[in-house]
Amino acid sequence: MSKSTTGSAARSSASSGRVKTIDIVNKGLKSRYRKEKRFRVYGLLSIIASAVFLAFLLSSIVFNGYSAFLQTYIKLDVPVKTGMINEQNPRRSDFQGIIKAAIRDYFPDVTERKDTRELYSIFSSGAAFQLREKVLKNPPEGDTTISLWVPADDDVDMLMKGHMKRDVPESERRLSDKQLRWIEKLETDKRIEKRFNTTFFTAGDSREPELAGIWGAVKGSFYTMIVTLVLSFPIGIAAAVYLEEFAPKNIATDFIEVNINNLAAVPSIVFGLLGLAVFLNFFGMPRSTPLVGGIVLMLMTLPTIIIASRAALKAVPPSIREAALGVGSSKLQVITGHVLPLALPGMLTGTIIGMAQALGETAPLLMIGMVAFIVDIPGGFTDPAAVMPVQIYLWADSPERAFVERTSAAIMVLLAFLVSMNAVAVIMRKRFERRW
Amino acid sequence: MKKTVTLAAFMLLLAGSLSVIGCGPKAEQPANENQTAEETQSARDYISIVGSSTVYPFATVVAEQFGKTTDFKTPKIESTGSGGGFKLFSAGVGIEHPDITNASRRIKKSECEMSAENGVTEVVEIKIGYDGIVMANSKKAEPFSLSRKDIFLALAKEVPDPNGAEGALIANPYKTWKDVNPELPDKKIEVLGPPPTSGTRDAFVELGMEAGAKEFAWIKDLKKKDKDRFKQISHTIREDGAYIEAGENDNLIVQKLDANADALGIFGFSFLDQNTDKIQGAFVDGVQPAFSAIGDGSYPLSRPLFFYVKKAHAGTIPGMNEYLEEFTSDKAWGDEGYLTEKGLIPMSKEEREKFAKAAQELTPLSCDEL
Repeated sequence: MSKSTTGSAARSSASSGRVKTIDIVNKGLKSRYRKEKRFRVYGLLSIIASAVFLAFLLSSIVFNGYSAFLQTYIKLDVPVKTGMINEQNPRRSDFQGIIKAAIRDYFPDVTERKDTRELYSIFSSGAAFQLREKVLKNPPEGDTTISLWVPADDDVDMLMKGHMKRDVPESERRLSDKQLRWIEKLETDKRIEKRFNTTFFTAGDSREPELAGIWGAVKGSFYTMIVTLVLSFPIGIAAAVYLEEFAPKNIATDFIEVNINNLAAVPSIVFGLLGLAVFLNFFGMPRSTPLVGGIVLMLMTLPTIIIASRAALKAVPPSIREAALGVGSSKLQVITGHVLPLALPGMLTGTIIGMAQALGETAPLLMIGMVAFIVDIPGGFTDPAAVMPVQIYLWADSPERAFVERTSAAIMVLLAFLVSMNAVAVIMRKRFERRW
Repeated sequence: MKKTVTLAAFMLLLAGSLSVIGCGPKAEQPANENQTAEETQSARDYISIVGSSTVYPFATVVAEQFGKTTDFKTPKIESTGSGGGFKLFSAGVGIEHPDITNASRRIKKSECEMSAENGVTEVVEIKIGYDGIVMANSKKAEPFSLSRKDIFLALAKEVPDPNGAEGALIANPYKTWKDVNPELPDKKIEVLGPPPTSGTRDAFVELGMEAGAKEFAWIKDLKKKDKDRFKQISHTIREDGAYIEAGENDNLIVQKLDANADALGIFGFSFLDQNTDKIQGAFVDGVQPAFSAIGDGSYPLSRPLFFYVKKAHAGTIPGMNEYLEEFTSDKAWGDEGYLTEKGLIPMSKEEREKFAKAAQELTPLSCDEL
């Protein structure tokens, strides 16, 4: 098509000898097409590049972290005889001692003190807590044997998952030859196996990788996000509606507008410092709690929500407003009855974006003491809590090798949390969205 | 007229319902929060600990053991750095202030006096053991054997002019270890270490670089004459790329060492202990970093670790005495205690007994001792 036009144009220009506009157009046409093509290729390349980076990031996280969803357990038969459990106060019994006796029973040929220490270290210190829980729940009557699948130590776990090699010299791995032999014995007896790591999803933080879980941080994040949402959504929307619909256009409102836009770009640590000075030092709120964390993050997300909400309000066509005013609605009725419902999907999107940002923050929380080692799972807004990104940071900084995979697994949980939050936003938007 | 009244009533209703929708759950929660906030105001039922990131890995293990084996709540531990910990700790007495601060150095006189000014008059000092700072490289290469003088010459920003007169300083000219000391390998100087905010860096500079600088008699004399100048010479690390600040994440340094066999890394002993399959510690002044060598003080880059207890809180915060008991028990900090498994280097038996007694009796420290 373009070829034939070029051909005819060439003929016509040749015959008349005058320069016509069409000739100039045709002359440049090829390079213009080339330019467009190049532009499209650039665009495509950048999309591909970001997709490759994302795929690389995700696959490295998944590759590093998937093994954390499994944990090595060892089956241990624990003989519990009368007298071993403290009759008056079962909580005070020596559960560690009972577990050690059970381990010695299973390996009767290990007698040297140094060897028994090495032997005990195959098992996690969580074994005693597991036994304690079981015994306290239903106290054994008389002599019984309790069969338990207890977690293996993190070094054994690394060995079973192939992160530690067996065929290297003894000095180059963290388990000794003797320990390897004991593990082989457990393997031939089918007493050691990898199982789904429920601890990871039910426990709080721990310094023992095999006992560490993300649940405490998930709950901490949850409470913090609730505080943030409950405070920032009504305040943000009220501010946006006022600024967009009621506020007079003068220097004061311009000033406020500029400041809100600037606040959205303020580094988040600044909000943490503000939180420390105002909420902790001045109001004396409890340190390290989701209440304070939520308020600080609310300050951070407010500008995002206000800006997005204002954009959503602006996008409502004036015809809607005018029609409502035309049939006699008051200004408040127009806003609450017509403008707000139409702008709500956009506002929700802005809120979710702000919340997602808040979910990934650690810097402001550092200042108010939420970057902390917290084992107990928070039960409310004023219990000390950590949040998921903090947990990831703390694990990434731990010396034990087994925390590497747990760090990646925690990132996966955080991403899942984010994706589900975004999914809720998409569903809500689809439900409320109205098109003209 | 009637119309306006109904309209006003409607609007009121609308506003009311809106505020209920908007604030309903909120109105309920603050009530709850205030209640629990008041409860925590009147009594905190968990121990609050702040302080050094070096002590953090040990304190957390004790806290976890304590939380799981007793009926008390698990203490909350923040890693704020030694200086940050003292600042929070010395702010006052009362449940909004921490009960214990961990430190990778002794409390300074100024910090002790500031505490006293803020009403924290009785502070109990407990030494918990030692930490070694190691310089390590990949197992794929030969282990390094350095003296502290080598460390100073290789890493200081300005070094004494090898050809010049006494007292002359030049910008560090050394590119390879062989330039520093002919006995060392002909490898580029490449050291990965912590940034200036880190306590490990402070200790490394003090124990390694400063001691190395003192090998030069005139620099040593400078310490008495011009302390600031002395500090400037001995504490400033070169910035021309030979020393690479690798961030606070020691795991990252270990990974980088594994990938680059020529590089040396600086970090706490516990990371060497956990990664013996990948890296090896350099000999410093002929001593290899090992439990025994750090514990008896023959390895030069070792420092004591402490924690400080606010005596006034011991009666009001539940579990304080029990936590101290757990920390100072032999099963925790003893020669074969669980802290040694995490890389803490235990003290001698006499020292342990001394500080266990201090923990039991809560013997306060006097600022004049410092």
